[in-house]
Amino acid sequence: MTTRYFGAPVKRNEDHRLLTGQALFIDDVELTGMLHVAFLRSQVAHARISSIDVSMALKRRGVVAAYTADDLGAYWKPGPLLVPPPPIAGIVFNQRTQVPLAKDKIRHVGEPIAIIVAESRYLAEDALDDIVVELETLPAVVDIEDALTASSPCVHDDLDSNVSAHVRQTKGDYRSAVAKAHRILKRRFRYEHGISSPIETRGVVAQWDARGNQMTIWDTTQAPVFVRNGLAAMLGLGERQVRVIAPFVGGGFGPKIMMFYPEEVALPWISMRLNRPVKWIEDRLEHFFATTHERGQIHDAEMAVASDGRILGIKDVFLHDTGAYDPYGLTVPINSQCTLLGPYVVPAYDSTFTAVFTNLPIVTPYRGAGRQHGVFVMERLLDLAAHELNIDPAEIRRRNLIPADAFPYKNEIIYQDFQPLEYDSGNYEPVLDKALDAIGYAEFTEREQPKLRAQGRHVGIGVACYVEGTGIGPYEGAKVQVQANGKVSVATGIGTQGQGHFTSFAQIAADQLGVDVTDVDVVTGDTDQFYWGAGTFASRGAVVAGNAVNEASRVVRQKALKLASDAFECSEDDLIIEGGKVSIVGIPGKFIGLGELAARANPMRGAVKPGTEPGLESTQYFGPPMGATANGVHAMIVELDPLTFDLKILRYVVVHDCGTVINPMILAGQIHGGVAQGIGNAFYEKLSFDDQGQLLNASLADYLLPTALEVPRMELAHTTTPSPLNPLGVKGAGEAGAIPVGPLFAQAIEDALQLKAKHVELLEIPLSPSRLFELTRKAAGA
Amino acid sequence: MEPDLHDIELSVNGTTYRRSVESRMLLSDFLRHELHLAGTHVGCEHGVCGACTVLLDGHPIRSCLMLAVQTNAQEISTVEGLSADGGKLHPVQQAMHDHHGLQCGYCTPGILMTMTAFLRENTAPSEDEVREALSGNLCRCTGYQNIVDAMLAAAETMRASMP
Amino acid sequence: MKPAPFKYIAASSLDHALALKAEYGDDARFLAGGQSLVPAMNFRLSRPPVLIDVNRLDECAGITRSEGGEIHVGALTRYRELERASDFLRLCPLFADALPHIAHPQIRNRGTIGGNLAHADPASELPAIAVALEARMRLRSSAGEREIAASEFFIGPLTTDIAANEMLVDIVFPSPKPRSGTCFLEIARRRGDFALAGVAAAVTLDEEQRCTDARLALCGVGETPVDASHAASLLIGRRCTRDAIDAVASEVGNTIAPSGNVHASPDYQRHIAVVLTKRALDMAHTRVGHGA
Repeated sequence: MTTRYFGAPVKRNEDHRLLTGQALFIDDVELTGMLHVAFLRSQVAHARISSIDVSMALKRRGVVAAYTADDLGAYWKPGPLLVPPPPIAGIVFNQRTQVPLAKDKIRHVGEPIAIIVAESRYLAEDALDDIVVELETLPAVVDIEDALTASSPCVHDDLDSNVSAHVRQTKGDYRSAVAKAHRILKRRFRYEHGISSPIETRGVVAQWDARGNQMTIWDTTQAPVFVRNGLAAMLGLGERQVRVIAPFVGGGFGPKIMMFYPEEVALPWISMRLNRPVKWIEDRLEHFFATTHERGQIHDAEMAVASDGRILGIKDVFLHDTGAYDPYGLTVPINSQCTLLGPYVVPAYDSTFTAVFTNLPIVTPYRGAGRQHGVFVMERLLDLAAHELNIDPAEIRRRNLIPADAFPYKNEIIYQDFQPLEYDSGNYEPVLDKALDAIGYAEFTEREQPKLRAQGRHVGIGVACYVEGTGIGPYEGAKVQVQANGKVSVATGIGTQGQGHFTSFAQIAADQLGVDVTDVDVVTGDTDQFYWGAGTFASRGAVVAGNAVNEASRVVRQKALKLASDAFECSEDDLIIEGGKVSIVGIPGKFIGLGELAARANPMRGAVKPGTEPGLESTQYFGPPMGATANGVHAMIVELDPLTFDLKILRYVVVHDCGTVINPMILAGQIHGGVAQGIGNAFYEKLSFDDQGQLLNASLADYLLPTALEVPRMELAHTTTPSPLNPLGVKGAGEAGAIPVGPLFAQAIEDALQLKAKHVELLEIPLSPSRLFELTRKAAGA
Repeated sequence: MEPDLHDIELSVNGTTYRRSVESRMLLSDFLRHELHLAGTHVGCEHGVCGACTVLLDGHPIRSCLMLAVQTNAQEISTVEGLSADGGKLHPVQQAMHDHHGLQCGYCTPGILMTMTAFLRENTAPSEDEVREALSGNLCRCTGYQNIVDAMLAAAETMRASMP
Repeated sequence: MKPAPFKYIAASSLDHALALKAEYGDDARFLAGGQSLVPAMNFRLSRPPVLIDVNRLDECAGITRSEGGEIHVGALTRYRELERASDFLRLCPLFADALPHIAHPQIRNRGTIGGNLAHADPASELPAIAVALEARMRLRSSAGEREIAASEFFIGPLTTDIAANEMLVDIVFPSPKPRSGTCFLEIARRRGDFALAGVAAAVTLDEEQRCTDARLALCGVGETPVDASHAASLLIGRRCTRDAIDAVASEVGNTIAPSGNVHASPDYQRHIAVVLTKRALDMAHTRVGHGA
């Protein structure tokens, strides 16, 4: 099989529609008789609801209906637990999931209280003002340490504390590591990740067809199959009566795979109730509260090191802010716990976390999904050890890297895929070398930096390493079909939010079937087109669905060869598939087009042989036994203005290993985008809550996403250690760019401002010029 | 209160439209839901993200900050009007395709409108100038690098085809 | 985020606009560029019952020079026009420094100088420049006209002296003094964001390089633009040496009382105000006699 497309920077099939404004996004869905929904959302973070009066709203012209929790009747119930707690001994987990509308209690600003359905969104918003809500405001739980004190109010009254979960995982014996240690580095770290803030917010359109007995839901979800299954069950419909379509989605990044959001649950119910199509589009203000966040953790961590900088053990006790509910289980803190280990040999590890309920929006995975927090702790501990032991930061990392012959490398503790953490493959030292070479580490530290410093410039360098568990199960599937016109159709259950599936999957199929990549039409995210699957998350789309596409294409290829060999009465070994047809090697002119073969396989007369199927199609599934581990190194040179603490990135290098690469152009785009989000997380984006749980910067004017002036040109390079866990050898790459940027900033800024000499340590993210000013001033004053 | 309606007549991509609009209807909603030109996208409704950028008399503006009623007797250009009638892509669109300057595509129409106007006035921009021109359009997917490359390439194409 | 309902009237002339404002008073807001008003309306923070669209009032747009050399900028002149008015930028180079910091080109294509000044955001650049240059605001109503100095025009955050029946129609800048140099600098988190602190500086020198006039105004560090010319006056009679400038900056630091915001602590604001004061005065001084 010749590989014409796999591994090539094939331009995207989906671009034309997107570039000409012809792609269907959720708000483009227009249905006859469609009504518009607005949600009345709580303005306070914690309160008991005394009464809700919608009578005035119902009198407003253009308002068709108004609903509260009571109106939902038996339909009102807390959402399902999406990810159960992993099988870890001694785990404590208190499941408290979100509700469609607040009933007796409000637990975060923005929690929905009532629904208005009206002729237009404008009128619906007018009617929100008519609703009278009587509340008894309660003190809000905002700080995660305060939340665990005995006197703290409880977010969930039926619990006697704000503990959502408590998990301890260990590996080896940390105490003996301490006994052997040359030094113990111990610090408190604070890491806050932010919100996904895609340029397209969420939305749901629901259309109940009472005559056809069918429900169609358009939804900006990353998991259409799961949403279909769950909503069908909730609505009392069969799964085949419900079709969920994830159209073009304007950025997902994780929070769009949170499922059974209140709005997702409410819209289909409303449509059935009113027998009208209904639409809800989240506005930007809502997005700050209604779509899930990632937020902060506090780590009290220590590292026991030998005199040569080798890690003997790490102990970490951390608190994780899970928000008002915990529908996504422990994915985020488990990722923090596991990814902290990084690409390093850590003989002993003792990690405990407590997930804490707060009166803040729900926390669920956002690109990186908790890995950032763990990576920050490890990378900073290494930097502290490096400083203490007078070892170069890059060198201390090198000394601790897992050696190339140690794979598969077992880290023992349980990962988010419920398996003991195991790195399937990797070769870490060349990645570090490549990154150091690309950024000119030696040249910079030995020559350039001293020279620039002598000129009065404050430049610094940083290097950070990380691993990323990708490509987890359970499985995905794909149906590949050659159609009578010779074109190939591919359908899979996952959705697409810009990752280029319409192209990368087409490349895989096109190579197997010898057709032009533009002749492969890919459908994702439509549950009527493909029934089974999980979704696009955790950097798994290309790995899991890609392999399913490959397998299904391969089977179709075999079928085509078999059919052709029967038709030509020759051996399959004499055949070649290319150019959309099957021909006999060495006999030009003797060929059958694939479309012709497909038509022949669907006989009008005669019979389909027993044990075979009509047509040239196949549906195959791929389920990896566990995740595949990608890894990378980022390096950065920055310059700081020592007076204003303004920061400029001078160079940014990424060296990344995600196994075999399907489309290097798409991969580079994913890394660029991830780094940009990482830069936002490290230095620009901060959710500023007050002590009553109000978000003070709920607008894009004050929640600062990086622009083209904040994101530098990035230099990318790759190494490849194919994953042995799937036939294509691929590993995921969607989140990689975002993961190590926080510690990279901390390290590079410390270097640029020579903070170690001033006894200033950067142990928190996000940073900002103002924060750097405060930290350096405090140290100077101390 | 009865809706405050006004008759307007405007030209969008060369086609004249006559409508009656409520005064508070935003131009972004008018284009998308009255004229069914859904290529212009809405990202924030407070003028920051740039997804809704269209051209008013050839100049890029935020359609979410303009009332439809204000466009009476004006000329609007949206992404739907960029490619030639035969379907051939504008150099800026083609360059975005060639350089993988879009991923989810949601911010893309706003960027296309901003940058076609920019490149018309600035035929040989530096990378810094391109980044500055782009800084009023937020993208969450691409990290901007490929968009910058696309715009530099488009500038070159457009220069080459100038008489 | 859709605005609440309102009555919309497109004014056909200034007299028409003023008559409407007289009729509706505080119930009516003028809609100029809309780049500040419409976002507030979309957030429903502002719900004016009546909007008077003044975009057709060409008589209130444009830049002219009076016989006495004063520069008149019509309130409805858009930033876009100011950016391209090279004569104006030569006469008022503070605008050349500041305009690239105001939002982005898409905003500048619609927004107007009058809208900006009437909106009076404490972090906005142009109010500080108006104060630094000792501009005068001309206000008109159907009852008459009056002028008020910029330093008295800005009363509080988002609050000016404009009466319920008045419209800002014109901003008058004094003729630039010979042997003067100006500089506007700001620190913001991203280009186009509101300033965490901004400084507009102007110095005038005599033949011996001694300062005969010094003006200083800051944005972003008070509830209104902060007129720091009393601090600047420390330069009068002196050469603009490092020490002299440092003394002014230090005095500025002692005088202002920034309240901080989600992006900056009060002390950081004070700190960069001092840093920018030094840099702006230094640059203004360097620019003297270079046609600036």
